[in-house]
Amino acid sequence: MRIFGENGVRRILMLTAFSAISALLLIALFILNEGLPFIFRYGVSNFLFTSEWIPAKGLFGIFPMIMSSIWVTLGAMMIGAPLGVAGAIFLTEYAPPAVMKIIKPTIELLASIPSVVYGFIGVMVLAPIIREYFGGPGLSLLAGCIILGIMILPTVISISIDSILAVPRSYREGSLALGATTWQTTHMVTLKAARSGIVASIVLGLGRAIGETMAVIMVAGNSVNIPSSALDSVRTLTANIALEMSYATGMHRQALFATGVVLFIVIIILNSIASTAIRKRKTYK
Amino acid sequence: MIISPKNMQRGVVSILTAATAITVLILIFIIFFILEKGLPVLSLNFLTTNPQDMGKSGGIFPTIIGTILLPAIALLIAIPLGIFTSVYLCEYTKETIITKIIRFATDCLAGIPSIIFGLFGYIFFVNTLEMGWSILSGGLTLAVMVLPTIIRTSEEAIRSVPQIYRQVSFSLGASRWQTVKKVVLPNALPGIVTGVMLSIGRSIGETAAVIFTAGSSLRIPTSLFDSVRTMSVHFYILAREGLSNQNAYGTAAALIIAVLIINILAYWTMHRFIAKRN
Amino acid sequence: MANKIEIENFSVYWNAERYLNSISLEVKMNEILGIIGPSGSGKTTFLRSINRMNELETGFKHEGLLSMDGNDIYSPDTDVVLLRKKIGIVFAMPVPLPMSIYENVVYGVRLSGIRNKQKLDELVERSLTEAYLWNEVKDRLNISGLRLSGGQQQRLCLARVLAMEPEVILLDEPTSGLDPISTAKIEDALNELKSKYTIILVTNNTKQAARVADRTGFFLMGDLIEIGDTRKVFTSPVKKETDDYITGRFG
Repeated sequence: MRIFGENGVRRILMLTAFSAISALLLIALFILNEGLPFIFRYGVSNFLFTSEWIPAKGLFGIFPMIMSSIWVTLGAMMIGAPLGVAGAIFLTEYAPPAVMKIIKPTIELLASIPSVVYGFIGVMVLAPIIREYFGGPGLSLLAGCIILGIMILPTVISISIDSILAVPRSYREGSLALGATTWQTTHMVTLKAARSGIVASIVLGLGRAIGETMAVIMVAGNSVNIPSSALDSVRTLTANIALEMSYATGMHRQALFATGVVLFIVIIILNSIASTAIRKRKTYK
Repeated sequence: MIISPKNMQRGVVSILTAATAITVLILIFIIFFILEKGLPVLSLNFLTTNPQDMGKSGGIFPTIIGTILLPAIALLIAIPLGIFTSVYLCEYTKETIITKIIRFATDCLAGIPSIIFGLFGYIFFVNTLEMGWSILSGGLTLAVMVLPTIIRTSEEAIRSVPQIYRQVSFSLGASRWQTVKKVVLPNALPGIVTGVMLSIGRSIGETAAVIFTAGSSLRIPTSLFDSVRTMSVHFYILAREGLSNQNAYGTAAALIIAVLIINILAYWTMHRFIAKRN
Repeated sequence: MANKIEIENFSVYWNAERYLNSISLEVKMNEILGIIGPSGSGKTTFLRSINRMNELETGFKHEGLLSMDGNDIYSPDTDVVLLRKKIGIVFAMPVPLPMSIYENVVYGVRLSGIRNKQKLDELVERSLTEAYLWNEVKDRLNISGLRLSGGQQQRLCLARVLAMEPEVILLDEPTSGLDPISTAKIEDALNELKSKYTIILVTNNTKQAARVADRTGFFLMGDLIEIGDTRKVFTSPVKKETDDYITGRFG
């Protein structure tokens, strides 16, 4: 870098620093450019709130997919959030440090297991169990919720752990010194202080659940319908894109990009909420 | 009935313990299940021969090549971009509206679902830049996807280098870039390595973003513009189309072992560096 | 004796709050100038103004003139990197960089482009000898600087500055964390070094100033209260504040 001199280096670094912004803008630009014109042509409310998705007849209503995405995500949160937050509290406040030392990396390791593997487990193990004991096709909303709930565990646990650990020790000691039990201290002092970080972990988990594609395709059954029971086969927004992208052309392809636009906007909103919450957490330090 | 604080405490602790135990058991089950079914399939022969009949029989050799090439290209691009970005954010500028925007963009990028990256890569690299379904399109898409991970982890690592080291370096007549090169980056290395390893893990396991950008050809590629199939994509196709559960388990086991090795390597490098520094 | 550094009406502000009030003094060639005063008196701010270390932090502003050999240190034409090579500094806490003893000593000169192994070896031996450390470390130059004792670390930091062959050495309470024996070794080193360098020694230990400084200045609340020959400042100070501080009535 000698040949560039200090100012040259500064300029190069500044340019690279814009890579993340440019990437985000490029993504936004290309996805919106492909999807938005379709949405306006087809009509926003027609696209979002009608239930017929029959590409061959030119009908593109994604309401069933929206509902399915919402239900799958909510179900996943009902499983993943309590388990994850409880695990984080146990590991930080009650488990001996040695246990934490082993379990935390193990859980983080699970974040890098490919999502297709989770999906496969869902197909081979979970779906037969559901079919056997609850009825229905097995590949269902319920299977999607459980698999996604497991998949978001690492995200929820590791961010919650970080934010609980960020609560100053003196808060805890102050409470314990006043005669509170560990649990009273945890829920009245520690969790209050770590609240925004825990919220952030849940919101990020939510984002991961909404965005997950391959695992959901494998386990949720993929029929286009508004679920009336947890045992129904459903198709999420992400699954809709991935399933049809490889052969779609013309209007149909644009409709898939338009589905991507909806997903993109939801994710940006969720991320803004999470990053505000995380920033709030940082002011505790 | 009023529960005494002491009983409350007991109750809560047992619930929390149970929750943690369930979590850990599920996760351990997944790994053992795949390894138990997959390891018997896994052999040197399986790893080094070409698939026969769409993967119904034969090995997975070409997909291993894809699984190495795609993350390699992604990292080749994302590592310098990510590290330079974090150096700029930490060392070359104060907190301004621009750094805030860069951070927000990084956070957003990190949260975008992989299917969106797939759509973007397809429309941008495959179509607009006319790279077709290729190693290059797939690698570049993955580069964009892992960039935020590398930026975030490097930034954290750089910030954890004590401020006084920089002052000492400046006081000895080092320029800013010399200080970064000789003091800041070497000391931030363990953190940066962890981020890189995480990114490798993520790009090896990625399916949605890869299948629409690199395609799924089972031929051994001869140029960067050839389509390839990664192990994840191969596994997905085998499992989804019900071609061969046996080969699917074998591929999944290979994937999990690869990811395990990378994670252990990351841990090991980090601890070795920390131990060496003290 | 000629003046090495001249300071006229020099003031420092941090975020608009004044930390140094219009300081005027000069530092003579090859002397040890001691600076004493209670903590918060502006000694360190003063010292770090001389090699422009203060401006690395945000909110720093200055007024007045600070010059070395007649050249304005704060002129826009001044090459800060070159300036810091000419004016070395030893900090209060010993901070070896996390690398070997050898690499610590040659850190600065390597940056100036000296690569010759033999020359670097000579430089390491000479600097460590001048810093009274050579005999203790000559057989283990490749171990990490962090593995030395506190006193050795501080002498390593001094050697690191000496290797740059600076003209001026700034010392910011260099012995504040050290035991008496390590302190004595550093003071011995300083006494020999002044034949080659101009030294400014900020210290919270008044006796240390009395032992090693040729002249001594007393700072209080950002003002330079008094400056003169060490013996005179310590035996018959002009100002009452100086007398109070030296005799331990406050601070």
